[in-house]
Amino acid sequence: MNAKQFSNLALLIFLPIFLFLMVFPALVHAATGSGSFKKDTEIQISFGVPVDETWAKDTANYRVFQKTDPDIEIPVTSVTLSPRRTSAVLQFGEALNLSSEYEVQANNVTSDGKVLGNEEFLVKKSEGQILFTIFLGAMLINNFVFTKYLGLCIFFGVSQKKETAIGMGITFTIVMVLSAIMCWALLTFVLHPLHLGFLQIIVFIGTVAIFVQAVDTILRKVNPYLFKKLGVYLVLIVTNCIILAVPLINADSGNGPFESLTLGLGAGLGFALALFLMSCVREKLELCRVPAVFRGLPIAFVVAGLFALSFLGFSGFSIF
Amino acid sequence: MNRNLKLIWNGLIPENPIFRLALSMCPAVAVTTSVENGLMLGLAVVFVQVFSSCTVSIFKSFIHPRIRIPAYVIVIALWVTVIDMILPVISPDVYKKVELFVKLIVVFAIIISRLELFASKEPLVPSFFDGMGMGFGFLFGLCLIGAIREFFGTGQLLGYDILGFNPLLIMVLPAGGFFVIGFIMATFNWFEYKITGKIPTSGGAH
Repeated sequence: MNAKQFSNLALLIFLPIFLFLMVFPALVHAATGSGSFKKDTEIQISFGVPVDETWAKDTANYRVFQKTDPDIEIPVTSVTLSPRRTSAVLQFGEALNLSSEYEVQANNVTSDGKVLGNEEFLVKKSEGQILFTIFLGAMLINNFVFTKYLGLCIFFGVSQKKETAIGMGITFTIVMVLSAIMCWALLTFVLHPLHLGFLQIIVFIGTVAIFVQAVDTILRKVNPYLFKKLGVYLVLIVTNCIILAVPLINADSGNGPFESLTLGLGAGLGFALALFLMSCVREKLELCRVPAVFRGLPIAFVVAGLFALSFLGFSGFSIF
Repeated sequence: MNRNLKLIWNGLIPENPIFRLALSMCPAVAVTTSVENGLMLGLAVVFVQVFSSCTVSIFKSFIHPRIRIPAYVIVIALWVTVIDMILPVISPDVYKKVELFVKLIVVFAIIISRLELFASKEPLVPSFFDGMGMGFGFLFGLCLIGAIREFFGTGQLLGYDILGFNPLLIMVLPAGGFFVIGFIMATFNWFEYKITGKIPTSGGAH
């Protein structure tokens, strides 16, 4: 089995996991609200019937608050009605927390002069959207290598050849996903109940080391060719910053199992992408006439800087 | 020159962890948007490096060679947990900015490589000075990069306004860190070329 077959196999494994991740939570949380976020300062609600413009434009008719603390009202600054008068967009002065749940209460909804009564709307991002945002964020927008500067040691060490770069990227992603979910389980079921939160660094690095050892042993038997190719770098995964940073970020932001898994997958694929791009450039760089003092690492750093500049283009990029 | 002093000098310039050995590059790019951050993380690394060097050098006869790497990692993780509790008390504001990287000291290649190459073979006193040398070399590297990026990026040094305008905003952006390190490495190579007459090959970068 060569590296290409291996990458196909890995794709076959990851694609169902990814699809499952996207679809499963959406099945559990069936559509609840009739409102949706438009930007981080706007909420769109639809009434179902055409409402009166004078009523709809009056911001005093709306009460908006987070589901978790109903006492804190968020003031609506302005309302725009759609041309058919069936839906309205509420605008807010401050940015909303897109990952939490909001409730919008509309008092005395009036249609053609008649008062229809109060209506409530639940506004919430679906789980699939949140996961997809985390995934894209970890992979492109906040790419761990180019905008968070993690895992540089391996990044510069392994990116000299395309073949090792691909193998390393895939192996790294597997270890990353496994250890992210394992660290989440350890944190939730062992460390928190026992109040041992301060031990998280030691426990996480131990878990990662165990997984790397396991992959090492399995790969030696299953795919000796790739094992020989990766050789030294496999052990080096332990000293990669990303692999420890992802469980720490998960623990810090209190991510659930699906979020942890997605962040791990996104970080791993983002790292693999960065490695692949860099190795393509560095293979060409071997043939170029580089000033003597820049040869080797210094020019690699300058190239990485250019990549980081281009990855800046992803900032502010969002789908939902 | 005294051997201990030589060990410290060795870590500062000839074997500077960042520019010569090219180890632990992640924090060197990530936290160096200002001198203050670099100083904080550098001091944390000095602490962890010195104490784990001493610990390993004392207990080296008890550590079986086959499990030495996990043993070293546990020793480092112990001291990182200690410094992670001390720093927020000393300076909560700066700690917030470098928090993630203080925890990530566990996986900094420079520390484990010094334990493997030096502290596991030498007695306590040279290990202590080697740890000091490497730690201060790292601190020096972080502060140099931090100073360049802060000066050109915001026109300030250590928070004091010097220029009053931002000459090169790119320096505080992600890309700036890579450029600065690349150029400093090239400068180091150039100096060595001027002194010894040959171009050195840069370190292994991991």
